[in-house]
Amino acid sequence: MNLDSKVPSGPLEDKWSKHLKDIKLVAPNNKRKHDVIVVGTGLAGGSAAASLAELGYNVKSFCIQDSARRAHSIAAQGGINAAKNYPNDGDTIWRLFYDTIKGGDYRSRESNTYRLAQISNEIIDQAVAQGVPFAREYGGLLANRSFGGAQVSRTFYARGQTGQQLLLGAYQAMMRQVHDGKIEMYTRHEMLDLVMVGGKARGIVTRDLVSGEIQRWMADAVVLATGGYGNVFYLSTNAKNSNVTAAWRCHKRGAGFANPCYVQIHPTCIPVSGDYQSKLTLMSESLRNDGRVWVPKKKGDDRPPNDIPEEERYYYLEEKYPAFGNLVPRDVASRNAKIVCDKGMGVGPTGRAVYLDFRDAIKRDGRKTISEKYGNLFEMYENITGDNPYEVPMRIFPAVHYTMGGLWVDYNLMSNVPGLFVAGEANFSDHGANRLGASALMQGLSDGYFIIPYTVGNYLADAELDEIDTTHQAFDEAAANAQQHIDKLLGVQGDKSVIDFHRELGQIMWDKVGISRNEEGLKQAISEIQELREEFWQNVRVPGEAANYNKYLEFAGRVADFLELGELMARDALHRDESAGCHLREEHQSEEGEAIRNDEEYSYVAAWEFQGVNGQLQEELHKENLEFEFVELKQRSYK
Amino acid sequence: MADTFTLHLKVWRQAGPDQDGKLVDYTVDNVNEHMSFLEMLDVLNEQIVAEGREEPIEFDYDCREGICGSCDLVINGRAHGPKAMTCTCQLHMRNYSDGDTIVIEPFRAKGFPVIKDLVVDRSAFDRIIEAGGYVSVRTGAAPDANSIPIEKSVADTAFDYATCIGCGACVAACPNSSASLFTGAKLAHLNRLPQGEPERKRRTVAMVEQMEKEGFGDCSNYAECEAVCPKGISISAIAEMRRNYMKAAFAGEEL
Ligand SMILES: Cc1cc2nc3c(=O)[nH]c(=O)nc-3n(C[C@H](O)[C@H](O)[C@H](O)COP(=O)(O)OP(=O)(O)OC[C@H]3O[C@@H](n4cnc5c(N)ncnc54)[C@H](O)[C@@H]3O)c2cc1C
Ligand code: SF4
Ligand code: FES
Repeated sequence: MNLDSKVPSGPLEDKWSKHLKDIKLVAPNNKRKHDVIVVGTGLAGGSAAASLAELGYNVKSFCIQDSARRAHSIAAQGGINAAKNYPNDGDTIWRLFYDTIKGGDYRSRESNTYRLAQISNEIIDQAVAQGVPFAREYGGLLANRSFGGAQVSRTFYARGQTGQQLLLGAYQAMMRQVHDGKIEMYTRHEMLDLVMVGGKARGIVTRDLVSGEIQRWMADAVVLATGGYGNVFYLSTNAKNSNVTAAWRCHKRGAGFANPCYVQIHPTCIPVSGDYQSKLTLMSESLRNDGRVWVPKKKGDDRPPNDIPEEERYYYLEEKYPAFGNLVPRDVASRNAKIVCDKGMGVGPTGRAVYLDFRDAIKRDGRKTISEKYGNLFEMYENITGDNPYEVPMRIFPAVHYTMGGLWVDYNLMSNVPGLFVAGEANFSDHGANRLGASALMQGLSDGYFIIPYTVGNYLADAELDEIDTTHQAFDEAAANAQQHIDKLLGVQGDKSVIDFHRELGQIMWDKVGISRNEEGLKQAISEIQELREEFWQNVRVPGEAANYNKYLEFAGRVADFLELGELMARDALHRDESAGCHLREEHQSEEGEAIRNDEEYSYVAAWEFQGVNGQLQEELHKENLEFEFVELKQRSYK
Repeated sequence: MADTFTLHLKVWRQAGPDQDGKLVDYTVDNVNEHMSFLEMLDVLNEQIVAEGREEPIEFDYDCREGICGSCDLVINGRAHGPKAMTCTCQLHMRNYSDGDTIVIEPFRAKGFPVIKDLVVDRSAFDRIIEAGGYVSVRTGAAPDANSIPIEKSVADTAFDYATCIGCGACVAACPNSSASLFTGAKLAHLNRLPQGEPERKRRTVAMVEQMEKEGFGDCSNYAECEAVCPKGISISAIAEMRRNYMKAAFAGEEL
């Protein structure tokens, strides 16, 4: 597998401009002759499709939902970072870059992360020009707020709906191109395979989710922007349709899967209330600005929280991290919640929760001020739990939120498969082993608006593409493959539900490949997943038919892929015998439970090459060494 | 642990767009007050799959936190159910009690044909946006974001309208099946911003005409749409849309 990162030479701040200068262009009248497929209409896919179409390419866009506007990106709440330095608090591109690479615990590529920080400002300009209603000051200029892991105020936001507003901006830009006939939009279509001709990505196979029909689509390049794979844990903050299928099927066609074990677990979510639970709801991280996190000092203390006196409360974040207190980065906060619950100090009916208490903030600032800041969130919490956070502390617990791993890409965001580009959460590119808040939206839009449109052109300018059509045998083979997989799922006719399998897989992943991991647990996880996968293919029950709208069938296909991915994640976590960012190996932690990296041996991207699956998953490890020319590697400290 | 209870459901079942549909009775035991409405339907579906006599009930959802606009059920005759400012997926079972009967139907409108069971086709909304619901700015052509200050109150009002999630409850609730609240909300968002000003007339006319083409009815000010809208979009949007439409359509200008 060729892992040439194609990073341009020269000083960090000049790499992208130099690259843009060197990039090959496609003449306007030739762009019209190129078809590009974009799978996914989230921030990354929506912005890429719109921008490619504006340039003149013929774009075909696909998504699972009934409208492009409903992609999972719509749910992002908190905000988007940029190094505008409007508040004049000393922010620079370098600082945004440095915070991002440090936040990622030095496991990302310097050049990509720097470019992300450079492009961040253009994204804000673009969004504002589209009419995205970001929050403003009374003077009419844009407002900023601060977010975890940074000491400057650089987050742009639109109340608690930043993702929605940015996505609608991208969606509207797309619809303009649909109107102009430059984008053909296919909603309720699921990509099931990648078609390769002459070693290059030349098309996809989809299932029409309404009619069940298997269809073939040809193009000169394919852009995958299909989001993250957090739903391998069954319960997560991701939307229900988020999945790994498109990325996984590309992996099976030869695309390297990088750092699959890097998963971010968000510290402030509403805890699980019962086994019918279908997803977890995030409570914005901003709550930690005023809420104090604590548990009772006494194990199993079941007094109502307000009856527990001050001296019997353990404010564990404030005690352990006096400098950052309740505002430590996400991974540190999540890990500590698990530690206190494992010790038996957890609260609520399940004992898997901690308190987030606004009593002191309300006393200090008054109920009105707190309600102005967090009123919506308090209501949402009360709506879900039936408890009023003005009166009793919230109960929160960590939940799976974001996946830093994804398909391997070079500096051009092209995978090792020529012609297959990967954007947004689906690639592994910019966040290393941990992502800072408000930087996924930035990355998705940077990839889609400002990188992909140029780098796809660079590829097409001199790609030698065979003259083919969709009757080519590669299309026959991929379409037959997709159909067989569906027939096989429907043919098992067992007696255990798809959801039960998914839930069991999620439990294994959460217990053994979750907040903290160890060698023994990971080995167990691998064999348990293998057994579960075996059982799935013997005993799953998928109702309904192939040629019809059939949500269970869709989910069954996705769970089948998660059952393979889960094993790869455990194997990746097992092989990475160090801790880094969100990947905490219990064997490698300080006395306070901090991650201890091993830069000598593990300063690389792990890219896995699929070899087959037969009882166990066969994958070969390839390494891209990470070289740090511009930053000095340090142990993170938030003390 | 919370108490569990039993519910009686009457659910609209329709095998396909051209088939007849009907309400079918189901009983769900072990409903827990903390469940969401859709989780209650998941439990019912698991029951149906285990019994194996018929196919599970199809319904739309994705985010399950009230923002994507996918979920769309009419519950006891009301789009998104009994709670104001709440979509179907955010409705929790603590709003019901043991022995209740709940009727569940799809969003019905000529512009929203049924696909299967409770799933409808809302692509008409995409076509309304396609007709003009955007600012025509190319990627890379934008000036510095702070070069155009916008009065905070204007930006805040634009935001209020921009929070529409495109669910279609307004259409389902309207006796005329009008899509005016949805269309008006997008126009009220873009038309009041300086970025949206140059295309205001063209946008208004194009979107209103597309709405009519899609088979949505006229607005007769019933205000049912505002009452069910999970995002609290104000019907002032509709009056504003009309004013802009009149001005633009009868000005006789080249649009
Ligand atoms: C609750 C929540 C809050 C968040 N808040 C923030 C925040 O404040 N700031 C921030 O920076 N980040 C935030 N994030 C993270 C951020 O929202 C996501 O990482 C980002 O939106 C992902 O965008 P994307 O374009 O890569 O993918 P997605 O938005 O996930 O889009 C994926 C697209 O691919 C399509 N698709 C998937 N599989 C297939 C297939 N097989 N065939 C066809 N189409 C397919 C889907 O239909 C969809 O259109 C948040 C995440 C969550 C869950
Ligand atoms: S206006 Fe309200 S009810 Fe209508 S689509 Fe928008 S959010 Fe839904
Ligand atoms: S499922 Fe997204 S709004 Fe209800």
